[in-house]
Amino acid sequence: MREMHSEVIAQRVAEMCIRANTVLPEDVCAALDASRAREDGIVARDVLDTIIENYHIANPVPICQDTGMACVFLEIGQDVHIVGNLTQAVNAGVAKGYTEGYLRKSVVRDPLFRENTGDNTPAMLYTELVPGDSVRITVAPKGFGSENMSRIAMLKPADGVDGVVDFVLETVRLAGPNPCPPIVVGVGIGGNFDKAALLAKKALLRPIGSRNAQPYYAELEDKLLEKINALGIGPQGLGGRTTALGVQIETLPTHIAGLPCAVNINCHVSRHVTEVL
Amino acid sequence: MRIEIAAPLTKETAASLRAGDSVSISGVIYSARDAAHKKLCELIEKGEALPFPIDGSVIYYMGPSPAQPGAVIGAAGPTTSYRMDPYAPRLLSLGSLGMIGKGRRSAEVIEAMKSAGAVYFGAVGGAGALLQRCIRKAEVVCWPELGAEALMRLEVHRLPAIVIIDSLGCDLYKSGPRDYLTQHGGD
Repeated sequence: MREMHSEVIAQRVAEMCIRANTVLPEDVCAALDASRAREDGIVARDVLDTIIENYHIANPVPICQDTGMACVFLEIGQDVHIVGNLTQAVNAGVAKGYTEGYLRKSVVRDPLFRENTGDNTPAMLYTELVPGDSVRITVAPKGFGSENMSRIAMLKPADGVDGVVDFVLETVRLAGPNPCPPIVVGVGIGGNFDKAALLAKKALLRPIGSRNAQPYYAELEDKLLEKINALGIGPQGLGGRTTALGVQIETLPTHIAGLPCAVNINCHVSRHVTEVL
Repeated sequence: MRIEIAAPLTKETAASLRAGDSVSISGVIYSARDAAHKKLCELIEKGEALPFPIDGSVIYYMGPSPAQPGAVIGAAGPTTSYRMDPYAPRLLSLGSLGMIGKGRRSAEVIEAMKSAGAVYFGAVGGAGALLQRCIRKAEVVCWPELGAEALMRLEVHRLPAIVIIDSLGCDLYKSGPRDYLTQHGGD
């Protein structure tokens, strides 16, 4: 059994919060650059130029002022013994990163009373037990302009793939300019009500351009991307070819009576950093 | 070509702008988002004075990240505007002439803009690091306890924005994608 002190995780989470918010992942940079090269809308090109310049000049200033809720995914090897309180350690890491990195504190303690917690805690913490003796940490700060445009539908089995396509397109159309397009679209199909939403969020952690392992779903990703970019919404919703940078689908087995479908939208500042301890 | 405009706005300037115009805004603007809007409207309800000159004012829907040592302000891009829709008509009716944000506005806000002769500008969402450079001075006017949501007075120099909805109610979020598809949709 490998021992790992929770303070090690705290320190790593703090560093990752700062890096995620100041340095855009390479896959997102590449997708933005490629879409700029393809874009044929005049205003759209200007907007993409601004977005690209912004990520170049960002560090140490955050890329976006909405440095998000800190979504922290931990895949913990079942042969690891974590010494200390893991949840407290993750929150201590988030507090340290958001304070020392001059990141915005955007979390309120209660959804109705709305008092700011002052250090961006608590993290949205997702833990999973996996085989092995390592800990894989992913920090994905998520802004709420895009989170607010996300939706879930409990479709009928009879709705099938057409129902999924319609729901995804409807979600993107309803979102329009609000989630800061070009967007990244995470789609979770199957599972139950809550797992579908989690799948959609996890789909956003995949690098843009990576494809679902099943050819059927990889093709569906391509088809959805094409249909979304034919809507004409464009960067910032001002018209253009580039409405989405990528569509990523994840699936799970589901019940004979259901076809849950969740769409988690991310803005172009699609942040995710992963490290293995 | 960007049109240089001064803030606060005059009625004449606001009336001259059209949806799709690129502008550079220089002068004094105020930042306020959800919590500050709620408080502003509570002051109005109680008949109390507003904490900034409302006449011709431009309100930026923005809550910055903290300023790093030696900096005026942190990243400072726009937040999504529809959350301010319940409050905006009150401020427009009192003389505010401009709003800067991103995303769609409600029919009620657009009607209030037409009555007031006001303009809605869009800044590029997610370009907070670049927009920070246009802010020369920033000071909290009131409600410091709100943190990033405090009401701030900002001196801006050539803040880039696009006129999204003009004082006639023309909406670039409708015409922009439609025009793009008309020109490029056939392929």
